Amino acid sequence: MSEKILYYPGCTLKSDAKEFDETSKKLFKYLGYDIKELDRWNCCGTVYSLASDNVMFHVASFRNLIRAKEEGADKILCMCSMCYNTLKRVDLLVKRDKEKMDKINDLMYEEETKYDGGVEVIHGLHLLKEFGFDKLGQMVKKKIGKKVAPYYGCMLLRPEEVALDDPENPHILSDLIKAIGGEPVEFPFMNECCGSYQVVNEKEFVIERAHKILKSAIDRGAEILITSCPLCHYNLKNFQDFIKENYPDFTGIEVKYFTELICEALSI
Amino acid sequence: MMNLGLNISELKRIEEISEQNIMLCYQCGRCSGSCPSASAMDLLPNQAIRYLQMGNVRRVIDSKTIWICASCFMCTVRCPRGIDLARVFEAVRLLKLRENIDHVHLNKIKEDERKILPPIALISAQRKLSA
Repeated sequence: MSEKILYYPGCTLKSDAKEFDETSKKLFKYLGYDIKELDRWNCCGTVYSLASDNVMFHVASFRNLIRAKEEGADKILCMCSMCYNTLKRVDLLVKRDKEKMDKINDLMYEEETKYDGGVEVIHGLHLLKEFGFDKLGQMVKKKIGKKVAPYYGCMLLRPEEVALDDPENPHILSDLIKAIGGEPVEFPFMNECCGSYQVVNEKEFVIERAHKILKSAIDRGAEILITSCPLCHYNLKNFQDFIKENYPDFTGIEVKYFTELICEALSI
Repeated sequence: MMNLGLNISELKRIEEISEQNIMLCYQCGRCSGSCPSASAMDLLPNQAIRYLQMGNVRRVIDSKTIWICASCFMCTVRCPRGIDLARVFEAVRLLKLRENIDHVHLNKIKEDERKILPPIALISAQRKLSA
């Protein structure tokens, strides 16, 4: 009896990161997973609230957990790092703190279903690892043959309760890159913040962050950088023009979602 | 007497909201050494914590530091005393935001700039930086 997994795309995969949405769906279908999109999903809230005394900020994520329960899902599959982090942390919070779970259920009294903690939040990388990188490697039709920098950012690794790999020395993306015939180029900034939502108000700061990260990867010979976060993708890709204005020697680097690279290797 | 801006009740409030014991910090500075945003801060994370320990909450509330912190949790996973600094800074931000004072409001951002930003950036900034 296989478990039921529902796909949670999130807002940005349906707007600015359509290529991430499309390649994710294509990839898992090709690997034999029958994954439907969660019905009537809403924004996860993007960031997990760190205040102990206000549960209102958890409602958006919680509602998605209710939707998943209504459809009888065992797992919610996220591709976006921020969705994964936020949904996962809300789920872990209410599983740990029954009082908060009851409180949020009470707040959402108009919902017919009460969430009881029966759903697990996972990331696409969990599923790929479970599928097996070796098995994936055997399906490769066109080896990547390039130097690829794995960029984790923050939300896949921190805090520890949601970390899908060692927060200090992650290697899951390197393992994946090797499996599809690329050469991983690890670099010191691969798990450091890209500047995140400061892009809204602190453009110069994000230019500096993006430059530091990208230059470090480029200096080590990387030709492509891969990520699973649409906000990192935006800051690291779209800000390259601004970086060139500040640093004329900056050469630039291709930035892709990890699923795009896998689809390329599988020729799908 | 000089006003040092000492406010113990605000400090208690920060500890309540964050569920962190700020007094645990022994000033090793690992947070500041790890923080990718430290260069843009006016107070280093360990300095901000020290001001809080001394009860000078105002100095931290009025700092640029709390708004530059993007909750990347690098300090959180590295603190040898187990303090979740990201939670502490969120609590300090909330003291201001709960007085209905925005740090950023999307209406004040130029429309042509706002239009090109992805929803993930706009929503997270709004949730972290506006009242």
